[in-house]
Order: sequence, then C-alpha cells, then structure tokens
Amino acid sequence: MSHIYSITPLNELNHRKDKLLRLLFLMMIVTLIVPVLIILGTLIYKGGSMISMEFLFTFPKNGMTAGGIFPALLGTIWLVAVALLVSVPLGVAAAIYLSEYALDNWLTRLINICIINLAGVPSIVHALHGFGAFVIFAKMGTSILAAGLTLAIMTMPVVIVATKESLQSVPHAFRVACWNMGATRWQTIRRVVLPNATSGILTGIILEVSRTVGETAPIMFTGAAFFLPFLPEGIFDQTMALSLHLFVVATQVPGVPDALPYGVALVLIGMVLILNSLSIAFRIYLRNKKKW
Amino acid sequence: MVGTRAATQSQQAQTMTSSTQAHRKKLEVKDLSIRYGDFTALSGVTLDIREREIFGVIGPANSGKTSFLTAINRMDAMSADMHVNGQILFDGVDAAKWRNLYSLRRRIGVVFPLPVGLPMTIYDNVAMAPRLAGIKEKAELDLIVERCLTRAALWDEVKDRLTSLGSLLSGGQQQRLTISRALSQDPELLMLDEFSIAVDPVTTMRIEDVLQELRSEMTIILVTNLVQQAHRLADRTAFFLNGRCVEIGETEAMFNGQVQDPMTLDYIEGRFG
Repeated sequence: MSHIYSITPLNELNHRKDKLLRLLFLMMIVTLIVPVLIILGTLIYKGGSMISMEFLFTFPKNGMTAGGIFPALLGTIWLVAVALLVSVPLGVAAAIYLSEYALDNWLTRLINICIINLAGVPSIVHALHGFGAFVIFAKMGTSILAAGLTLAIMTMPVVIVATKESLQSVPHAFRVACWNMGATRWQTIRRVVLPNATSGILTGIILEVSRTVGETAPIMFTGAAFFLPFLPEGIFDQTMALSLHLFVVATQVPGVPDALPYGVALVLIGMVLILNSLSIAFRIYLRNKKKW
Repeated sequence: MVGTRAATQSQQAQTMTSSTQAHRKKLEVKDLSIRYGDFTALSGVTLDIREREIFGVIGPANSGKTSFLTAINRMDAMSADMHVNGQILFDGVDAAKWRNLYSLRRRIGVVFPLPVGLPMTIYDNVAMAPRLAGIKEKAELDLIVERCLTRAALWDEVKDRLTSLGSLLSGGQQQRLTISRALSQDPELLMLDEFSIAVDPVTTMRIEDVLQELRSEMTIILVTNLVQQAHRLADRTAFFLNGRCVEIGETEAMFNGQVQDPMTLDYIEGRFG
C-alpha cells in the first residue's frame, strides 16, 4: 500500500529530467559567455600594453602607425553628445505621448509599427539616408552635426522603447488616483509617473550610448574622417572617431604594429563596458529604491 | 482658503437645520447609462443624492456600482471606450458640460477598493491636492496635512515619520492615507468604493467612525459590498443589480423589510449575492 506522499517512479523521472534540463540550459549560457571572454582576453593580452596616458591623449604619428588616438576618442565623444542631445528629448517626448496620451487607435498602432521598423533598419541604410538627407539635402556637409543626427535617428527607437517600458511599469492605479484628485495628465506625469521612471529611462539612455559608441557605418559617409591633423572646433567640422579609426588602422594602413589595433579596440570596448556597468549599477540602485 | 471654506460650511450647517434645506439636491442623476464598447455596465439609473447625506449603494459584483462612481467624476474622459449617456447634475450644473473637468474632480474625493499610497512621502501624499490647488506656503500645508491625517485617524501612527514612503505603509494605514488625501481636497462630495475590501475589521470600524463625523460636513456616497455597513452608515440606500437600480429607499425602512422589490430583501438578507 503506497502512501499518497511517497515517491513514485514518475516523480523520480521528473526529478532527473529537471536536473538534466538545468544542466543543458547552464551549458548554453556558458557557450554564450565563452566568446565574450575570449575576445576580452585577447584584447587585453595583445593590446593591454598599448594603453597609457600618452596613447589616450596624443595625436597619431608617422601615418597612423604610431602615436595616440586622442582625436578619435574626442570625436566619438562629440558624436555621442550630439546624438544624445537630439535623440533623448525627442525619444522621451515620443514615449510620453505613446504611453500617457495616445488612445489605442489606428494612428497609435501605425506609429508603433513605424518605431519597430525604424529599429530594424540596417545601419548602412541609415548611413545612406543620413548622407542624402543631412549632408546633401540639408547642406550640412560631412560634419559632426550630420553624423550625430544620423546616429540619433538610428538609436531613437531604443530610447522610445526603453522609456515607454519604464513609464508603463509605473502602476496605472497611481495615475487614476491623481486624476481623481483633479490632476491633469501632465501634472500626473510630472509628479508621479516621471520621478518613478527616471532610473529606467537612464538605463535605456546608457544602453543607447554604448550602442552609439561602436557604430561605424552611419558615420563613415556623414562626418567621420580617415585622418585629421587637428581637433574639431564645432559641430560643423569633420572629426575622427574610434570605431572608424579601428577599421582604418586594422585594414587600410600598411605597416601598423600588431598591438595598435588591439589597443584601439580595447579602448572602444572599455568605453562600452564602463557604460554598461553604469547601467547595471543604475538597475541595482533602482531595485533597492523600490517604492511599492 | 481651505480654512475659510470649512468655516462657511459649518455656518451653512448651522443655518440648514430646517428640513426643507437639508433636502437640497447635491447630485441629480437622470437616466444614466454607461457602456464599455458593446458591454452595458449600467442603464436607466435615475436618482437624487441629497446634500450632506450618506447615500449607500449595495449590490453584487458586476452590478454597475463602480461605473456609477466613475461617471460622476467624469473619469470617462480619461478612457477611450467608456461611454456615458444621460445626465448628471452636480449642484444643478450638468457634469457633461462642465467647462474644466479638473475643477469638478477637485470637489469630489474618491477612495478606492484597494488602497493606493502614492510612491512619495506620507506628507507629500496628503499635500499633493492642496499643492495642485496652488497652495505653496509650508505652514498652511503643514496645517492641512495634520488636519487631514487626524480626521482619517492616522495622525498618531505616522506623525513621527511623515517623510517615509506612503506606499510602504500597511494596507489599513494606506487606506486611511487615501482617505486623508481625499479629505485634503476639501471635497463637497466623498465617494467611497468598497473601502473595506482590503482592510482589517478594526480599521474598518475606525474608518466608519470617521465617516460618521464627516456626514455633517459633506455628501458621502458609500458603495459597499457589506450590506450591514450600509445599514450602519447610510441614510438612504440604493440597490443595484445587473446594471439597473432596483430600488432606492430610506435605509431603516429597507432593512425593516419595507421594500418594493422582493429581490432587495433577498439580497439584504443574504439569500443571494
């Protein structure tokens, strides 16, 4: 006579199956992590010796076969700054509209489809669009402004989606409570929704930055230069950029020492990693400050 | 501003002792119907709510009680698929033609079934409505916050931690916080929607005591799932069933069995629900 809580062969089988699946899923994630570790390890091993204050803060020398990467580093910062200044206000405003004001009708659905498609456009298409629209049509020439705007359009969907999601993670009951008190939609957004979505929005923006830093195609035609012996003085100048510089020293210039491209790649990846760590730190901060 | 309003109200309360004035209509609802898309939540409701009475609304789930409240403070304007037909006169003015809905909602306090502590400090929770109304002086806000928390029987429990988060209070405390927030609007009409659903019996009794005190100052609509709560508090009670108002009567008479529809008695005595 078996007790209803005794272990049956089926229980045993399920238990073993569960353990096996756990192992399988663990192996998959390990497989994913290994390439990342190999890339990082190789970069540090081969390019680590390049990293110095001099490398970061001096101009390239001898036809880019020696010297530092300062103009490229500074150019990347310029480009990211212009892209952010445009895409963050526009993207956050668009997300506020979609999350807080838009009614569920054909127009809203059309806008959402457009955003999804915008996110799916290949970067080379963005590059050509930026070249046509900003460089030629708007007569900006190849400049930081044109390249920054191209990057902004490309990364805007990321900002919109991240912002919309963090706005919608604020419970609807809070909004209803405010409306019932006689608050307008904007007063509700200002006082209750936005303050509780800020960390999520910041996380989204930082992820956007780390993506912008690495993009090469969109800036190649619109504002990034092969080599410039001077620093950009404003948004209408051309600039060098890290991502393009890496492509150039790795494939286009003869006689570059082996370690140099690895050093550039390490700086590029380092920037992305630092930004992503910041974003993770924000998320932890967000979890600890949970307000409901 | 709040102080002066309260003062004139108490003056009015003194002058309004004669029965004719006490029956002044605060709210006149005429042939009200509410529809969400194809679903009709409420139809053909006609009733009056008198100044400074507690008006109970009882009825089983899905009988249209919450929709009724939602229509009164015009929350249909915030949702695309809620459609209201018929007329609601608030102080004799058609709510559908109210020029500025926000000013209408400021005169109506609402308490929800589930407590909603806004994710800000206890102080800010209560000071929000006055701030929306343009009050900026700290001293005046302090007074309102203390008065409203005291009235909702919460002051003693939170007076030493007004800067901690309102959303982290216990359920019963949050519900009293919600009531203080509603009171901070200095409302003429207070609408409570099954406020005791997520609240322990002791807190429920404390809130009922609060309502007893408030009845001399404002009109209260008490939607409740507890028939006995309506019996304890309401002057008059309406029985809603399946989106219709079955009957309205003096609460005492109703609970003594003087009903027009036998369904009402069946519900009151718990034979269905």
